[in-house]
Amino acid sequence: MPEAVHHHHPALAHHFDDLAQQKEAATLGMWVFLATEVLFFGGLFVVYSVYRAWYAHAFAVASHELDITLGTINTAVLITSSLTMALAVHAAQLGQRRLVIIFLVATMALGAVFLGIKGVEYYHKFVEHHVPGPSFAFEPHEYARHAQIFFSLYFIMTGLHALHMVIGLGIMTWMLWWAWRGTITAEYYSPIEVSGLYWHFVDIVWIFLFPLLYLIGRHA
Amino acid sequence: MATVVHPARHYLNDGYGISSWLLTRDHKRIALLYLAAVTFFFFVGGAMAVMIRLELATPVGDLVTDETYNKLFTMHGVMMVFFFLIPVIPAVLGNFLVPIMIGAKDLAFPKINLLSWYIYIIGGLFTLYALIAGGVDTGWTFYTPFSTMASTTNVVPTALGIFITGFSSILTGLNFIVTIHRMRAPGMTWFRMPLFLWSTYATSLINVLGTPVIAITVLLVAAERVFHFGFFDPRVGGDPVLFQHLFWFYSHPAVYIMVLPAMGVISELVAAGCRKPVFGYSFVAFASLAIAVLGFLVWGHHMFVAGESVYSALIFSILSFLVAIPSAVKVFNWTATMYKGSVSWETPMLYAYGFIGLFTIGGLTGLFLAAIAVDVHVTDTYFVIAHFHYIMVGGTIMGYLGGLHYWWPKISGRLYNEGLAKLSAGIIFVGFNLTFFPQFVLGYLGMPRRYHAYPPEFQVLNVLSSAGASILGVGYLIPMVYLMWSLRYGRVAGSNPWGAVGLEWTTSSPPPTENFAETPVVTWDPYEYPAADLEGHVA
Repeated sequence: MPEAVHHHHPALAHHFDDLAQQKEAATLGMWVFLATEVLFFGGLFVVYSVYRAWYAHAFAVASHELDITLGTINTAVLITSSLTMALAVHAAQLGQRRLVIIFLVATMALGAVFLGIKGVEYYHKFVEHHVPGPSFAFEPHEYARHAQIFFSLYFIMTGLHALHMVIGLGIMTWMLWWAWRGTITAEYYSPIEVSGLYWHFVDIVWIFLFPLLYLIGRHA
Repeated sequence: MATVVHPARHYLNDGYGISSWLLTRDHKRIALLYLAAVTFFFFVGGAMAVMIRLELATPVGDLVTDETYNKLFTMHGVMMVFFFLIPVIPAVLGNFLVPIMIGAKDLAFPKINLLSWYIYIIGGLFTLYALIAGGVDTGWTFYTPFSTMASTTNVVPTALGIFITGFSSILTGLNFIVTIHRMRAPGMTWFRMPLFLWSTYATSLINVLGTPVIAITVLLVAAERVFHFGFFDPRVGGDPVLFQHLFWFYSHPAVYIMVLPAMGVISELVAAGCRKPVFGYSFVAFASLAIAVLGFLVWGHHMFVAGESVYSALIFSILSFLVAIPSAVKVFNWTATMYKGSVSWETPMLYAYGFIGLFTIGGLTGLFLAAIAVDVHVTDTYFVIAHFHYIMVGGTIMGYLGGLHYWWPKISGRLYNEGLAKLSAGIIFVGFNLTFFPQFVLGYLGMPRRYHAYPPEFQVLNVLSSAGASILGVGYLIPMVYLMWSLRYGRVAGSNPWGAVGLEWTTSSPPPTENFAETPVVTWDPYEYPAADLEGHVA
């Protein structure tokens, strides 16, 4: 195919006709993967909804044990990281290598701050015996059983979210390396864009987790 | 007919040595890696079935203890469902055919394709470890609270094995969806695609949307066992039935993951075997999507006796009946395709005939089970066992073996021994029916599943079933022999031994690494069988 020969980008894989097709495939692939992720967290949201409906009062009481200040700060941190991520994608589209690197580092730093604050919260819960299991303790006692379900959900939901953040940091490290060595150009920026899709998704999960876990029964 | 010659360069001789296979990104080689792996797990799961049928030859528990028996049927189910039936057709035939059928050089993500094989192997090793380290006794359904609180066996390694393998299904499904959307050759419109691709696409949708739910579900079970979290623990207010809802939200659609690809294979076999276009192409295509969608809405029929409300049970019952419509569309359309066709009696068609008959029995008995009153009577009996084996073994394995025989000349470049192949297809059909038909009767008479001993009046039917299983086992071993034999001694197949249409038959057998000498341009509809072709084929 002569048209493929005269313009063969080094990043073009052998089985694609051109970079546009390759980019479309990568983007669609990430969207399909995110659909998978929605169903993965969706299972947890179903479990949450059932028990929240059954044990609404116990959930509200248990929710008040969470640190709303740290939770709010973390929400702000994460939303800001989505902004820097979007800026990194924009810089990549324009081929501004230095800006891509700066914004990726900023995104990673904010992600690390989020995980650090999450760790502090986990530590507090551990000290307060709010980790489900044999050592679980909760006052007032009449809510202790159902509060254990709340904290089981809290740990599994935020834990899996944090795991996704860690994976996100791994991806960003990889993207940073690619940006550093000059693989990312105005012609070939889809890796940054696709990684950005993942990062925004993980943020959106938190946007649901925060009110569901931290803000129950606070309107009264 | 011109003399057929083996092509000089093809994917099988493009590189030798272990790393050219274990690090390959060629979808055709990855298909063969899967072929080896799923065959291994099929025989592991089959060995468990042999033990089960041996134990049930007599009414008393004399071969294995009740605990060992529990582990046998659990591991039989886990191995067969998660490591054989779910991956088998997509990962072997799908991997090989999807890019070729649309005229692409490879799947959209070749590295992810290889990764998914490794994930499958790692998940399989976890599960094998669980088996060797003492097994699991929960049944393949892992019902709580037994699995989370009571069982002392290897629930966590098995759950992790299933969790890991799930990612292999997800990645394969993702790869197929993107490939079918973005990699079709010029002119290959959606409605020019072979029906195998429509059913593979529908299957991939279930893989991508259902598998994450089983992943989170088994993860919750593992978390409950390891960290004593209380999701399904009645002591803290958790609900074991919620587990069943989550489990069946995937595991019912999983039945369609198993049978939809087989239906796709049958569409190809019937068209080629009758030398006619499939009757009502678009109906068959959309029936696949309808089955995928409806399949997500019927999971509650597994819980008719689990304390589900009458109203939910009613709705789930009606929805389950609805699945019969697209399924029947397919069966009627295949039959209509054969009507006045020049039907062939070659091996692939024998499997297609077998599939249509057995799937019809399996599907119709599914309607018995969708009817709440009948279901209450036969829940947890051998009637259920017989029903789903008619779908999974009579459907999926028939479709798989039919497809394997049909595309074997393309995969290997060689022809197998037709006489032996017909013989084994017959043996499998007879053995299958002898194994599972008596189980309908047993279940109707009230024999419960999952017991290693039973009242003496059930012995005759059980002996029939065990005898059938031994015949079935022989039927499965014969193809192993003649297919391997054909690799070296089989006649050279040529690019189109069946005289079939479809892009896969336009390239050489075995195909070159990039599938086609140059990207094909498609200007024809699927299954355009020229009238001239009919001549040599009329019996």
